[in-house]
Amino acid sequence: MSVDLHRLTLAEAKKGLAAREFRAVELTEASIAQMECHRALNAFITETPEQALAMAKAADERIAKGEAGPLEGIPIAVKDLFCTKGIRTTAASNILGNFVPPYESTVTKKLWEAGAVCLGKTSLDQFGMGSANLNSAFGLVKSPWTRPSDAKPLVPGGSSGGSAVAVAARMCLAATGTDTGGSIRQPAAYTGITGIKPTYGRCSRFGIIAYASSLDQAGAFARNVRDSAILLQAMAGHDPNDSTSADLPVPDFTAGIGKSLKGLKIGIPKEYRVEGLSPEIDRLWQQGADWLRAQGAEVKEVSLPHSRYALATYYIIAPAEVSSNLARYDGMRYGLRVEGRNLTETYEKSRGAGFGDEAKRRIMIGTYVLSAGYYDAYYVKAQKVRRILVNNFRKVFEEVDAVLAPTTPTPAFRIGEEPDDPVAMYLNDVFTVTANLTGLPGMSVPAGLSSDGLPLGLQIMGKPWDEPTVLQIGAALEEAAQFNTLPYGIEARA
Amino acid sequence: MSWTIEGNTGTWEIVVGLEVHAQVSSQAKLFSGAATAYGAEPNTQVSPVDAGMPGMLPVVNAYCVEQAVRTGLGLKAEINKVSVFERKNYFYPDLPQGYQISQYQHPIVGKGELILDMPDGSQRPIGITRLHLEQDAGKSIHDQGHDTTLIDLNRSGVALMEIVSEPDIRDPEEAVLYMRKLRSILRYLGTCDGNMEEGSLRCDANVSVRKPGQPFGTRCEIKNVNSMRFVARAIEYEARRQVDILESGGVIEQETRLFDSVKGETRSMRSKEEAHDYRYFPDPDLLPLELPDDFVEKIRASLPELPDEKRARFMAEYGLSSYDAGVLVAERETSEYYEEAARHGDPKQAANWIITELFGRLNKAGMDITQSPISAANLGKLLGLIKDGTLSGRLAKDVFTIMFDTGDAPDKIVEERGMKQVTDTGAIEAIVDKLIADNPGQVATVQKNPKVAGWFTGQVMKATGGKANPGVVNEIVAKKLGI
Repeated sequence: MSVDLHRLTLAEAKKGLAAREFRAVELTEASIAQMECHRALNAFITETPEQALAMAKAADERIAKGEAGPLEGIPIAVKDLFCTKGIRTTAASNILGNFVPPYESTVTKKLWEAGAVCLGKTSLDQFGMGSANLNSAFGLVKSPWTRPSDAKPLVPGGSSGGSAVAVAARMCLAATGTDTGGSIRQPAAYTGITGIKPTYGRCSRFGIIAYASSLDQAGAFARNVRDSAILLQAMAGHDPNDSTSADLPVPDFTAGIGKSLKGLKIGIPKEYRVEGLSPEIDRLWQQGADWLRAQGAEVKEVSLPHSRYALATYYIIAPAEVSSNLARYDGMRYGLRVEGRNLTETYEKSRGAGFGDEAKRRIMIGTYVLSAGYYDAYYVKAQKVRRILVNNFRKVFEEVDAVLAPTTPTPAFRIGEEPDDPVAMYLNDVFTVTANLTGLPGMSVPAGLSSDGLPLGLQIMGKPWDEPTVLQIGAALEEAAQFNTLPYGIEARA
Repeated sequence: MSWTIEGNTGTWEIVVGLEVHAQVSSQAKLFSGAATAYGAEPNTQVSPVDAGMPGMLPVVNAYCVEQAVRTGLGLKAEINKVSVFERKNYFYPDLPQGYQISQYQHPIVGKGELILDMPDGSQRPIGITRLHLEQDAGKSIHDQGHDTTLIDLNRSGVALMEIVSEPDIRDPEEAVLYMRKLRSILRYLGTCDGNMEEGSLRCDANVSVRKPGQPFGTRCEIKNVNSMRFVARAIEYEARRQVDILESGGVIEQETRLFDSVKGETRSMRSKEEAHDYRYFPDPDLLPLELPDDFVEKIRASLPELPDEKRARFMAEYGLSSYDAGVLVAERETSEYYEEAARHGDPKQAANWIITELFGRLNKAGMDITQSPISAANLGKLLGLIKDGTLSGRLAKDVFTIMFDTGDAPDKIVEERGMKQVTDTGAIEAIVDKLIADNPGQVATVQKNPKVAGWFTGQVMKATGGKANPGVVNEIVAKKLGI
């Protein structure tokens, strides 16, 4: 029995635990075994098996007493950007050294209170900066997928690559991520799983190491839409410790799952048919529209006229905030410190050794766009474009309830075949950054395979605070797509 | 008031604007719940937010916002319903976040005014440019030896109000008057304790010089002018330094200078080229601060009577001179003391007793009004005893001394020590009759020249140990001698 436990969906595992078909300890052991089995993928920076088993044991006791929380005994992985009390938290960067937070992030606190079991901390692009998980100080992360034609390793996407891999390779039932420009949706698409970024302000950012504060939002990875909804439910809610967290009631995220799409209007933004969009992804997008239509939705073309400015806007605002958010890593109070002959040299050496290339690049871009003489031309202008993008969506949402788009312009690429030009790399985020700039909820659902056998995702973007509709449409796509392909290294379920 | 420097090339005037940092009186910091106790052990008043730990977020303290609005109203300033917290970015070990959260383009308080009470009784308005909220940095301690610098983060994140004046000040002494008046208003409002020794009130001065009628000259910012005593000295030194440079053909470099209170001079800290580019931008962790409609009105309704209004009222209601009223309203505690004392006796007399007798005693003893051994009620009672004729002026001073030394009530002292003024005409008449009988020569003299009748009065006072009522004695003496 326990051999197969790691293949259960979160909803199935909940049911099995409640029915006492197996214990949380057995479920956790199955996950730990998978983590060992797939260690070569390098999904985790820090594994916490002892702690996981202790938590699972406590979960079993609560289940026995009838005091089970909504995630009681469910083994999950946590992106290593969430501070976890007593567990090293790295942001996949050397600058934090062996930093062990004396506090717990609000989101993970809620998860542990709901009964979830912590398997460990997953890898990412440093501080969340990257789209391929090649920027981790703890080594690159490999996707469990390869093209059927060869065994060459592929990138899992980023920045939450470790969490995506942990879910896709069945090492955990679900995982947390953060999404600043697509860091949940893009790796979910690359690894054939679901990923949702809720509305900005839905989950507290307290205790999440900041990348770009006005864009960062926590979200959920799972193997299907319902599981994503269940995990997100436990993460969401107002937090007085985060001034940008919304003091709104959290709706039932699973409420719309399985419901007919009759009466829903879904927009296809014509401006998303960008140069460089692979024809097969374009075809999948059409297919997705047809599936939704077949389930009763009205699908119509809409216009988001300023979409093409979104990527450039993102790559001004995000680095600007980075340059300030990362200033606290100065070698003075915690983390890495490399002594110099004087203060300036200590700063330079510590930060020089502590940050990776991409973090440095974005710190420099951000410092530049905020500096005297350039601030108005870059930062202020980018904020104005951001406002226009919000207005674009506001207008579209007068006509439709949600928007359907591809998640990425291409499927995952091979490690080593990434573009040399960082700007070309940034193009990966072309479809995802808009939801961050506008704060809207967005979700990626696996919808098909590319001609070379790799998963492709479709993205649903919804109205502010309307995650239930996003999840309802996601579930409809999932139902129609019947995406059952497992990564080729993972054996099919009996 | 006009203060000038006579140089070799003519007369120079100075132009000064002040930037005052006033620590908000608040139990907790501006963006964290950590305490703000002064003098606590280093690094004991620090939350993870104040230490700039990863993932920590600021949450604005509504009480500090209220205090800033209260101060703005006290300075008769515009209150901005929407203001924005921005990040001022620079690296320093005592700045844990790598930026200070401050307000830049959109401060919470806009233009206002502060009235200086000049020594000649006139008034002079100084414009207030703005007031904004910001967090303090920690403290670097360099002098502990071992070639190390220690950091104390207790102050990190403490709420400050930066209050910026217009360049309206033209005299070093005006700067002192400005500081005193500002402190007085802050203390009335209860928004800052005004304690310069503990760093609750700090002052930077922007100083330039020019020939009268000319445009503003290049200014230098003088940092660290942290006592009333040094404000005028630092400004005067800096003005003379600038005049010397200009008159010897040099130009003033815009720079930041530090006042050295030991040497009494200013020295360069950093030039314009070395000035930081602070890269201000709105703090994405904090939404724009929007004040609800009734927020400002509620605070306005709760404002105390402020020094300017109180002074006007004291002059109108109690007939005090502008100077006396100004002295009595400078501290709220003094004004309250005065009004309590004045309820029992003559208001003008009360003012005199407080300003000359009580302040003299308190000064000598190194005490302030709140520590006075003589309560306002007791001083009032003393005034009452003078008014009803129980005590003569001289006796009252003796009683006052005993009151100051013992803290006892005046009626108790009078009772116990038999210091009551004798108004019993029978007893006084007997003494006068005896004096007339014993001193025929003096009687003749006084009858010739009634102006010297005081000799008899003096003798009666002597005989009664000062307890006789001088008015009554005069009357009886005049009657008996027929003058």
